[in-house]
Amino acid sequence: MNKEHVNISRREFLISTTTVGAGFALGLYLPLSSSVALAVGEASSAVPEVNAWVVIEPDDTVIIRIARSEMGQGTLTGLAQLVVEELECDWSKVKTEYPTPGQSLARKRIWGSFSTGGSQGIRGSHEYVRKGGAVAREMLIDAAAQNWGVPKGECSVMASVITHKPTGRTTTYGKVAAAAAEMVPPFEVELKDPKDWKIIGKPVKRLDTMDKLTGKQVFGADLQLPGMLNASIKACPVFGGKLGSFDAAKVRKLPGVRAVVAVEDNAVAVIADTWWQAKTALDVLPVTWNKGPNAKVSSALIAQMLDDGLTAKEAFVGNEAGDAKTALKGAVKKVEAIYAYPYQNHATMEPMNATALWNKDRCEVWCPTQNGEAALEAAAKAAGLPASQCEVYKIHLGGGFGRRGAFHDFVTQAVAIAKQMPGTPIKLLWTREEDMQHGHYHPITKAKMLGGLDDEGNLLGLHIRISGQSILASVNPKWMKNGVDMFTFQGMLPKGDHAISYAVPNLLIEHAMRNPPVPPGFWRGVNINQNAIYMECFIDELAHAAGKDPLEFRRKLMARHPKNLAVLNAVAERAGWSKPAPKGVHRGLSVCKAFASYVAACAEVSVDDKGHLKIHRIVAATDPGHAVNPQQIEAQVEGSFVFGLSALLYGECTIKGGSVEQQNFNTYPSMLIAEMPKVEVIVMPSGGFWGGIGEPTIAVAAPAVLNAIFAATGKRIRQFPLKNTNLRSA
Amino acid sequence: MAKLNINGKLVDVDVDGSTPLLWVLREQLGMTGTKYSCGIGLCGSCTVHIDGAAARSCIIPVASLKATQEITTIEGLSPDGSHPLQQAWQELDVPQCGYCQPGMIMSAAALLNDNPDPSDAVIDASITNICRCGTYNRVRHGIHLAVDISKRGRS
Repeated sequence: MNKEHVNISRREFLISTTTVGAGFALGLYLPLSSSVALAVGEASSAVPEVNAWVVIEPDDTVIIRIARSEMGQGTLTGLAQLVVEELECDWSKVKTEYPTPGQSLARKRIWGSFSTGGSQGIRGSHEYVRKGGAVAREMLIDAAAQNWGVPKGECSVMASVITHKPTGRTTTYGKVAAAAAEMVPPFEVELKDPKDWKIIGKPVKRLDTMDKLTGKQVFGADLQLPGMLNASIKACPVFGGKLGSFDAAKVRKLPGVRAVVAVEDNAVAVIADTWWQAKTALDVLPVTWNKGPNAKVSSALIAQMLDDGLTAKEAFVGNEAGDAKTALKGAVKKVEAIYAYPYQNHATMEPMNATALWNKDRCEVWCPTQNGEAALEAAAKAAGLPASQCEVYKIHLGGGFGRRGAFHDFVTQAVAIAKQMPGTPIKLLWTREEDMQHGHYHPITKAKMLGGLDDEGNLLGLHIRISGQSILASVNPKWMKNGVDMFTFQGMLPKGDHAISYAVPNLLIEHAMRNPPVPPGFWRGVNINQNAIYMECFIDELAHAAGKDPLEFRRKLMARHPKNLAVLNAVAERAGWSKPAPKGVHRGLSVCKAFASYVAACAEVSVDDKGHLKIHRIVAATDPGHAVNPQQIEAQVEGSFVFGLSALLYGECTIKGGSVEQQNFNTYPSMLIAEMPKVEVIVMPSGGFWGGIGEPTIAVAAPAVLNAIFAATGKRIRQFPLKNTNLRSA
Repeated sequence: MAKLNINGKLVDVDVDGSTPLLWVLREQLGMTGTKYSCGIGLCGSCTVHIDGAAARSCIIPVASLKATQEITTIEGLSPDGSHPLQQAWQELDVPQCGYCQPGMIMSAAALLNDNPDPSDAVIDASITNICRCGTYNRVRHGIHLAVDISKRGRS
C-alpha cells in the first residue's frame, strides 16, 4: 500500500486566512508573494498517515479523510461513523478532512470516487471506507504488539486504547500511530457483522455543526485569499447565445474596476477590488448579445414539442409486461389522464462561485463542488494544462442538490477569467439572477396515462407514455444504451434501484424523447419527482374509478413487493388510515422505490372554501436497508419534503425569448416555515442492502399531498405548480 | 466614509455610501458570517440586528446608517457561540448545509428579543427566511428549546 504522506495543510491554511482576512486592507492589490506560496505549501503536521483514510495525532485526535462532499446531507458524519466503526477509535476525538482531487490523481484514485450525487455518498463507498478503518486498526494493533514484543492475538482494542490482555498493559492509538504507519497493511480484513455495530446506526451528532452557528464556517462565496480580486459575470441570457460586444470604457473608471473581460464566447465579466464594485459596474456595462436561433423558444413552443411526443409513433420502451394495448381495448372501464411537470431551478442558497489562480504552468481552484474530480477536470481543460499541474480545493457548499456535481460551468468561467490576469487569484460569484437564468434545470416532461379495469375493479393494463427531456442526452450520452435514457424511467423500471412498486399484468411504459434547447440537469431526486407523481396519482385515480380504497387497491398490486408494501403499511398504520381523519382533514398516500430505498408517505391536508391549502402532517417511512445515522435520516426526509413540496407549490421556470423568466426568489419562491407540515419519520431498516437517503423520500411528498387534495376537493390537479390553480375551482 | 457601530465597536469604512451593509461587512470588514443569497431583501440570509431588530443587510445602504445605531452580526451574537439559540441549534443539529443559518439564527434572536416565548403562530409570522435544505421543523423546535434554555439559565 502506498504510504506517501499527504499534505492536506493547504486547505487548512486557507480556512485560517479567512480569519486573518478581517485585517486585510481590501481593495489593495497584494500579489501572491513567494513566501505566501511557500507557507501555503507547508505541511500542517509531521504525523504520517496510518493509511489513506486515517491520520492519528499524538494526542489521539483521529482525522478521517472524506472524499465525498458534505453539502448538508450529513454524509461527512455518516462516512466517519463507517470508518470509526472498524477503526475502534474514540468518537469524541474524531475530526475530518477532505483529500484533494489532485492528491487523488497522484495516488491513482486511492479514495475512489469523489462524486456526491445520486444518493451515493454512503451506499457507494461503505465497503471500502469500512475496510480503510479496519486496515488502520490492524496496523495500529500490530505496532503496539511489536513494541511490546507480544503476539498480536493477545491484544485487544477499544476507544483508541490498545490493551495487552495477559499483562494489562495499555497504550493509545496516538502513541503508536507513527510506528503503525510503517507496518505492512493486512492483505485482507474481515468487516464486522452488522449486529456488532456500535456506532453505525446510532443517532450521533453531526461533526460539522458548531461553525455553522457562529458564522465561522467558510463557504465558497466567503473565501478570501491574499491579493484576491472579485469578478461578477453575465452570460447571454438566451441559451446557446453568444457575446456580441461590450463597451469597457464606460465602466473602466468606476471605483475599484480592474478589468472587463470576455469569458469564453458567451459571457462578460467585470473584475474589481470588491465584488460589489464588480457587480455594480457590470450592471451598467453596455453589452450586446448574438442571441442565436433559440431566441424564439418559449414555454408554449416547448409544450407543443412535448404534446407531439405524447402521441408520436416512435418511443423507447422502459418496461413491458404482457400486452397492455390489447388489455386496454378489452377493459370494462378505462381511465385516461395527462400530467405535466415543469422546469425547476436548484436555487442553492449559496449562488454558484469559484476562485481561481492561474499561472502558465499551474492552475488552482477553490470551490464548492459535489465532485472534486470533475471540478479538477473542468479546471484543467479551461486552464489549458494537464490535470497534474492543476489542483482543486473543496470549500464547503451552501447547498448542492445536483447543481454542483455534473456541471462545473462556474469553474470553467473562473479559470477563463483568472487566465486573463495571471498570478492573481480571482473569486467569481454569480448573482442570484445569474443563478436563476443559467441553471441546469430539472427536465420538463408530460405523461399520458391509460389504465383499464375489469368488472371487479382489478387493474388489467397500464400504458404510460412519457414525453420530454432526457438529462443524459444532454449531459452524458455515454451512459445511454442504444439511444435510450433509462433514467427517464426512474421509479417505473422492471428491476433495480428504481423498480416499479406494482405487478401489473399488462404494462407498457415508454418515453418519446423531446429535447428542448434548455439545459437539463440532475435535480435532487432527478426523475422520480415527476414519475412518482404520474404513477402514484394515477394509481389513486384508478382506485377511485374502481371504487376501491386507495390503500387496498395498492396492496393488491404489491404482493410481490413486500418491502414496498411494508413501508406503505407502516405509514398507513401510523397515520391511522383505517380511522377517519380529524374533521376537515383529508389523507393521501404514495409509495416508491428510489435510489435503492423503499419509501412511502401519508399526507394530511385541508383545503378551505377559498382554495387555500394547509398541509398539516406527513407521515413518512423509509427502509434504506442499513440506517447509518437515524437522526440525520429524519433531517433528510424533512428536508426532501421542503425541496419537493416547494416545487409542487411554487416551482416553475418558464421560457420566454429563449430565456428563463424567473430572476429571483420573488418569482421562484420556496416554502417558508409557516407552510411546513409536521413530519413524522419512520426509519425502518430491514438490513441486507444499502439504500440512499438524500433523495428517495422527495418522491412521495408531492403525490401524497396531491392525493390528499383530491380527497379534500374531488379535484385532480395534473399541472404544476399549484400556485397557478385555485384548488376549489380547478 | 461611513462610521458604523458593529458588535460594540466603532469602525470607519471608506466606501461608497450606496454600498449595502452586507457588502461592507463581508468585503470591507471581512465578516463573512452574514451571507449573500438573493440581494433583494427577501430570503433573509443576510439578516443582522439594528438596535436589536432584524434587518436585511443586503438592501440597506451604509449611508442610511448612523454611528448611534447598534449593528449586531452573527459574529457578535455571543462571544463564544453560547447564545441560547446557538446552544439549542447545536443540541438539535439544526443546520444542514448551514448557509442560511446565520440569518435564520439572527432572525430568531430578534424574535426572542421581542417576544421571549413565541407561539408557533408568532414564529410562522416572524420567520420568513428561506432554507432550501428544509430545516424548518428543527428551527421551530430550536426556538422553543432556546426559550427553555433561557428559562433554565434564569432560574
